[in-house]
Amino acid sequence: MAVHVQNKRKLFLDSYHQTNRAQRSREREAVAFIFSGEGGEVICSRRLDHRTIQIFDRQLMELSEHIKTANVEDAVLRQPLHPAARGTLCVTGHHLLFSDREESSPQHFLLLLRNIDAIEKRMSGSSGTITIKCKDLCVLQLDIPGMEQCLNIARSIETLSCLENVSEMYPFFYRPSDQSLKDQWGLSSTEKHYSQMTDLHDRWRVSSVNRDYSVCPTYPQAVIVPKDINDEMLVKAAKFRHGGRFPVLCYYHRKNGMVIMRSSQPLTGANRKRCREDELLLQAVIDGSDKGYIIDTRSSQQAQQARMTGGGFESKSCYSCWKRLHRQVERGKALQESLIKLVEACGNDSHNMDRWLSKLENSKWLSHVQTALSTAGLLAECVERDGHSVLVHCSEGTDSTLLISTVAQLIMDPCCRTLEGFLALLEREWVQAGHPFQKRCAHSAYSHARLQQESPVFLLLLDCVWQLLHQFPLALGFSEALLLRLATEAYASSYGTFLCNSDKERCVSRVKEKTLCLFQALLRPKERRCYANPLYERTELAIWPSVHPQSLQLWRGYFLRWTQQARHLEEAQEEIRNMVILWEKMALT
Amino acid sequence: VEHNLLPINKSTPGTLYLTATHLIFVESSSNNSTSAGQEIWILHHHIASVEKLSLTTTGCPLVIQCRNFRVVHFVIQRERDCHDVYSSLLRLPYLFFFFSLLFTVSYEELYAFSYNPKQNDQQREEGWQLIDLGAEFERMGVPCDQWQLTDVNRDYKVCETYPRDLYVPITASKPIIVGSSKFRSKGRFPVLTYFYQEKKAAVCRCSQPLSGFSARCLEDESMLQAISKANHNSRFVYVMDTRPKLNALANRAAGKGYENEDNYSNIRFQFVGIENIHVMRTSLQKLLEVTGTRSLSMSDYLVGLESSGWLRHIKAIVDAAIFLTKAVTGEGASVLVHCSDGWDRTAQVCSLGSLLMDPYYRTIKGFMVLIEKDWISFGHKFADRCDQLDGDPKEVSPIFTQFLECVWQLTEQFPQSFEFSEWFLLQIHEHVHSCQYGNFLGNNQRQREELQLRDRTHSLWAFLMSEKQNYLNPFYSPAFSELHPVLEPSTLPYHFKFWRNMYHQFDRSMHPRQSILKTILTLRENSRNGESMLQALENRLQQLGVTPVATSEPPAPPPTRDQRSNANTLPPRPDSLILGAPINHKEVQRQVEEDGQEEVGEEAIEGTDTERTVEGSSATESRKQRYGELEGTYNSELAKEEPAVVSLEFGVARMTC
Repeated sequence: MAVHVQNKRKLFLDSYHQTNRAQRSREREAVAFIFSGEGGEVICSRRLDHRTIQIFDRQLMELSEHIKTANVEDAVLRQPLHPAARGTLCVTGHHLLFSDREESSPQHFLLLLRNIDAIEKRMSGSSGTITIKCKDLCVLQLDIPGMEQCLNIARSIETLSCLENVSEMYPFFYRPSDQSLKDQWGLSSTEKHYSQMTDLHDRWRVSSVNRDYSVCPTYPQAVIVPKDINDEMLVKAAKFRHGGRFPVLCYYHRKNGMVIMRSSQPLTGANRKRCREDELLLQAVIDGSDKGYIIDTRSSQQAQQARMTGGGFESKSCYSCWKRLHRQVERGKALQESLIKLVEACGNDSHNMDRWLSKLENSKWLSHVQTALSTAGLLAECVERDGHSVLVHCSEGTDSTLLISTVAQLIMDPCCRTLEGFLALLEREWVQAGHPFQKRCAHSAYSHARLQQESPVFLLLLDCVWQLLHQFPLALGFSEALLLRLATEAYASSYGTFLCNSDKERCVSRVKEKTLCLFQALLRPKERRCYANPLYERTELAIWPSVHPQSLQLWRGYFLRWTQQARHLEEAQEEIRNMVILWEKMALT
Repeated sequence: VEHNLLPINKSTPGTLYLTATHLIFVESSSNNSTSAGQEIWILHHHIASVEKLSLTTTGCPLVIQCRNFRVVHFVIQRERDCHDVYSSLLRLPYLFFFFSLLFTVSYEELYAFSYNPKQNDQQREEGWQLIDLGAEFERMGVPCDQWQLTDVNRDYKVCETYPRDLYVPITASKPIIVGSSKFRSKGRFPVLTYFYQEKKAAVCRCSQPLSGFSARCLEDESMLQAISKANHNSRFVYVMDTRPKLNALANRAAGKGYENEDNYSNIRFQFVGIENIHVMRTSLQKLLEVTGTRSLSMSDYLVGLESSGWLRHIKAIVDAAIFLTKAVTGEGASVLVHCSDGWDRTAQVCSLGSLLMDPYYRTIKGFMVLIEKDWISFGHKFADRCDQLDGDPKEVSPIFTQFLECVWQLTEQFPQSFEFSEWFLLQIHEHVHSCQYGNFLGNNQRQREELQLRDRTHSLWAFLMSEKQNYLNPFYSPAFSELHPVLEPSTLPYHFKFWRNMYHQFDRSMHPRQSILKTILTLRENSRNGESMLQALENRLQQLGVTPVATSEPPAPPPTRDQRSNANTLPPRPDSLILGAPINHKEVQRQVEEDGQEEVGEEAIEGTDTERTVEGSSATESRKQRYGELEGTYNSELAKEEPAVVSLEFGVARMTC
């Protein structure tokens, strides 16, 4: 094996040295560019240093068997909102790089292969056209001379865009000069979160019962639980919950001391099993209060059916102080299909108004947004207005559960509405809480591959947050640009934040040591300027969204991102930013 | 059964007053001392219908629907009282002898004739002189070597519904004009409405020809020939019939119809398929029915939006305007636009086309000029279409509303191209129906002269101009307009949106609680104030003989953003978007103070867009659902358990007339 690799390396290096000077310099440029820039942005190339070359070698080494044609001259790139450009196309292990032929100011276009959702090839005569459909909903076209070259490129893209092995993915190779692996990874941790909320300390504790991920493989090592419940009880309660996701605290409402807990479904099964520890755990949550609410994000029928497969719900007789509310929030396959239909409707250039509206309706996406927002509203209402604690769960507790609890926290808690607060919230409620990003975001709306576990739950969350931002444009500390960036990064990223499916997997792959953290990167001063909301004014009040159909809108910034209109809106937003900056300067003088 | 939203967030007890001009509802302040006596004023002219619903246990419900899309529910406690209000609403014309409340029978009874904004005659006169159409044609470059002013209609003899001053090609002699007018429905012969100076191309308008199946008119043919000759850029002139072909064909049986290409040399004939006033009226009714439904689901909303066809009609109008624009600016061809009578669809297409072609019409003043020209002076029948007098319900149609909506759709696509914001459009719409100003009264200029509107009423334009700062669009960039003088909107269906702020202007719970527009305008106002304050201080320092040094300068007033954040509260949902517009610094501060006071109430009441519905005994359940706060509650189950938390009052109104 080692010999094989060495041979390959030698072969590669030989061919590398043999390529003519001009081409090599272009390749170097490409690499330098890859390592200096970030997905999709166009930045001028920089000089290479020794280290990047080495990384380049290694990167190509491992993946080079998939690259039969690395360079194509005279290719034509067509992308939305740009004129067609002619230039050189270069495929590397993780990127597609296109440099146009403008002598004076060469433009580079860089695309992370991971971002490619589907490709279509069309051959005509001696040349071919590859249509690239990206996960960020951009559709590109490449005209490539030479049939063989075209097929080679297409094959490389197909293989390299869906690498299975985590450690081969780009975040493990991404080393921009201005960030280092030694930088802090992540914004917060359970312990830190706990220590910030001092009101919590007399009734709640941090448990490290899951320190080796044996109790619940999808939970982080530390979780917050009632003080009265010891670790042994937690272990028993975990056995009674789907995937071991026993009820843990995710939010503490300072105003009235009520909490949001989340978990997965109880495994009552057909013969109504009980678990004393689970009951005690929930009793401890509402200690001193008369009752609590359980929000089950399935319909009561679905919950009933779940009993047939070993799942179930908290029955009235066993959990007498808890009032169960059922709200069906769609997830899984239905949600993925909804996204596919919506994107298809948005890509349709038909001028028929009725067809558009019926397709929009048929996709049901906006209905899902409405349900999610109103269920989150219900949760927030229970806590803030009604003054009771709430447990929220679906079946696995990794999807709609997180969606609902996140939106509810945004509605109630001003701390979650700042840029840092929001990113920390996402880190806590999605990354650490074990939303299976890798499974859910493997493909987006264009893929023809058979659907497995793909589901745009995170995208639905971002859409809900956008609706909040739309209704309360001053109350959130971040801008639409951040939501768009997160939507892109969740599907394809240079950073390690959204890799893997759980904390455990990230630990195994050593993601925190070998990749960079997106959230940290977004908080750097330069980035912060783009993602902060210039009109932000903190308010302590809850922001109750209106869920009337007339108040909800299609998120045009995302679903129609690559149209002229979106650009006009972006310009207007830029205008706002400039104006506010100008006025603030004036106020200072 | 009518399904409608309450205009207010919460049913509140209060007192209903009827005055000569308004219906006023004053909230009684007993239950909540902090939000004392909110008032709702409804102008009688705005009332489109009053309906008495069947009696319930609380009392007698009345539904009042307004032309500005406000819907109000009242529950009047005792049946006898209710009957009084209801019948007095209907009989008031007899009860009050000069003022009628609902069904006005003569123009003299309209509010405009009694409205007095405390102006003297000179101010009133100046207001009316604000818009000068002669000057507007001069701005376009008319009269010129090819186009002239004709006095043929000086006494409204040739065409009653046209203005006195008309512009025609130089080669169109009087006999040609008169002959042509006899061949056109209602005598509305082809005249100039917009001149695209750059290419010397003209936009002309007229009504349908009386061609029947085979009739011809040589004068009319020479008239079109003259229009064609006046433009050297193009060998032909487009004739746009804005009707669907089927409608035009049907008209032939009635001796009307469309131009036969064989008879007219050098024309290119085109149908564009905008539906007639009846279809539009029905479409709006359907739309309002859907959007007024309680507990509307997303699917029902989208399906209803589709089946109403409203957005399809809006798109058809924009499509037609784009066709016109392309012909004129792209090909440099002149275009003649007509429909049946040439005062509905023709007005929509001509005005919207001009707006796309000419950046001037996208300014506040320019937009007034545009409406004055294409709508008021060319005889759009405002009185009939807006039902100013109790007229034929079949003549009522939201044609002008559609035009405003088309403009709004464009402002959404081109946020930087318009000097005015949505509020300007809403305010114009409000006053087209309010009959408070003279501008839109009557059906044509001749009628307006007979009514002596200029001497007896006030002009809306002057009023709007005086509040100009409320209607400014902060994103407006004249530079953008210079770069893109001709707008090329996309008409892909997803660019057309439901105009919530128009059709739900008074449904406060539906609107965003915070407005970017308002904030930006306030910020700008403040920075201007700050700037002028700075300037004044510098001047003062100079007067005192001190050279301003950066460090010694007194600090400028702090930006209001800080002041506002001190108050630490969300602004209440505006009663109306227009009324909620920022007026000035003082207003904002007052607002802040009020907000501060209301903070507790705010949380409890205003924030309750997550309305609760009480499900009590089954006998009253349906009623409560209908008159509960609002639909779409997050939790009915929660409320069922928790009746103690829920407080729900019904509008208990007492008549004191």
